Amino acid sequence: MNLTTRTAPLLAPVAALALTTLVMLATGVDPFLAYPALVRGAVGEGNLEYTVAAYVPVLGMALAFAIPLRTGELNLGGDGQLALGGVAAAAAALLVPLPPVLAVVFPLVVAALAGGLLAWVAAPLRARLGIPVIVTTLLLSPPGVALASYLARFPLAERGTGLAQTPVLPDASHLPALGESGYLTPALPVVALLTALWLYADAGTALGYEIRATGANREFARYGGVGVARLGAVTLATGGAVAGLVGGLVVLGPPYRFVDGALVAPGYTFTAIAAVLLATGRPVLVPFTSALLTVLQAGGQGMEREAGVPSQLTQIVQGLIIVIVAVLALARRRTAKKRPGGVTP
Amino acid sequence: MNVVDLALVSATLTASAPVVFAALGGLLCQTAGVFNMALEGQLLWGAFSGVLFSHLTGSAWLGVVGAVVTTAVYALALSVPAVAFRADPVVVAVGVNLLALGLTAFLMRVLLGAGGVYTSPDLPGLPTFAKLGLDVPVLGPQSPLVPLAPLLVAVTAWWLARTRSGLRLRGVGGHPEAALSLGLGADRYRHVAVLGAGALCGLGGAQLALGNVTLFSEGMSAGRGWVAVVAVMLGGAWPWPVLAACLLFGAAEAFGFRLQGLGLPQQAADAAPYVITLLALVVAAATRGRRRLLEAS
Repeated sequence: MNLTTRTAPLLAPVAALALTTLVMLATGVDPFLAYPALVRGAVGEGNLEYTVAAYVPVLGMALAFAIPLRTGELNLGGDGQLALGGVAAAAAALLVPLPPVLAVVFPLVVAALAGGLLAWVAAPLRARLGIPVIVTTLLLSPPGVALASYLARFPLAERGTGLAQTPVLPDASHLPALGESGYLTPALPVVALLTALWLYADAGTALGYEIRATGANREFARYGGVGVARLGAVTLATGGAVAGLVGGLVVLGPPYRFVDGALVAPGYTFTAIAAVLLATGRPVLVPFTSALLTVLQAGGQGMEREAGVPSQLTQIVQGLIIVIVAVLALARRRTAKKRPGGVTP
Repeated sequence: MNVVDLALVSATLTASAPVVFAALGGLLCQTAGVFNMALEGQLLWGAFSGVLFSHLTGSAWLGVVGAVVTTAVYALALSVPAVAFRADPVVVAVGVNLLALGLTAFLMRVLLGAGGVYTSPDLPGLPTFAKLGLDVPVLGPQSPLVPLAPLLVAVTAWWLARTRSGLRLRGVGGHPEAALSLGLGADRYRHVAVLGAGALCGLGGAQLALGNVTLFSEGMSAGRGWVAVVAVMLGGAWPWPVLAACLLFGAAEAFGFRLQGLGLPQQAADAAPYVITLLALVVAAATRGRRRLLEAS
């Protein structure tokens, strides 16, 4: 590992922000107006709680992308898994009235199953027919979003309002508030716990070792007796289940209903993908890169409100980060080749 | 009944034209040995820049020129990292697509002063054959770019099969070492292929935003670039089969549109192109066997 790779998680955002500043200057947007507004929008008074709340879906979706990525597969269908999980949780809470606690746990389980199932489909298609996971997950995502949208508009729609949303879920299914505004819910500790579990499994268990071996060299892992196809199915289903769970956690929080488009519109999926790629293969960094990009994304909305600078600016930063990291991560392979012996660390 | 059938053919051509341009670009890259998954973002940039230049110059044709040139320049964002720096083209493409989504939405607000959708009675769109005073069956309501798409497919098929540079492009992708021993710089061919794909996506985007409709809306490429990626896989990166795959998707979209008119919910029509694409991929993979599909990808 050389200096460029080690510093990539810092270097890439700085370079991306520099390029974005050029875009601003070229289009007549004042960076001295935009950036302070962005920072205030993320961590200013009254905004910090929303930023922390937005951290939950970003970190969760980062897991959904990172878990299959460790076997070398790219799950780009996060939006479909997220939306389907959200609508499944809403349907479960509305259709199956349960006593407290169970009324929260059951919808979340259903949400995880829905998201996991949608992602799992890609595994047999990859193993049996050789269709790339990236293509399958991507093609299954819009149908997932469309199905969730259909359910929210027609069978599950709130009658009489004409809005594309479900009715408010029963009180027993509401996640309790941890803060004053209700936006901080137990979703945060749940996702944090999942992250800790994943980090432990990845680094400290035989399963994690098999997953990493498959990601590093599929054929070698197969030769070593790893059930490569089974592992692909397990990691994809797990990733999708986490995405579905995130959808469920958001829907069981305020405003306690599934609103069509509300899960997909903020772009959690690709923010999370940028965060995972920014971590350059080091899982421990994922919570930090996720936090960084959440601040950027939440700040972008504040910047739009306060300074009138379009929040899509943060998408530009994320896209640039991904491209730059791809280039920096390669510097490793190049220098490794030049080194005598040519062993990649 | 006859008229309705012709209308469906016409709608199929409209729906498939942007996909054909993009898929042709993907095919060139595949032939040169670069996996181009950035077609979606480039198509979107092509649509935006077409509208922007049409708006700025007051001429739809200058809009097309602007789209072709700037999308080829935008393709540098893929070609430099992926070809010159040997970065993972899939990861770069994810970034390039996201960047296009952000850039177009941002610039639309800053330069065109509109959020979500930009349209204006002053925005010139491409003329149709009917407007040009030419009475062509089926193509009447189409812009001249629509027949250009299959024409370019024919030119590409001839070029790849019959010309020295076309054969060399295939050699660069298929047998890089052999190409190298002939003194061909593989990277030069790859750069040209990726930039050429950018120019083609510019044409596709311009047709989408100035031909099919006359407006730009956020994310209006709406998966057509992904359909093009799959069409290249399905067609084994060879021009005529790729065109056939694109027409299949165009027909599916046109048919979905018609069913929507008959009361099918819009969500089903939204999902249909993706589901049909995936089904076609599954059928092709199952009948052809995994080896050939993987070779094509």
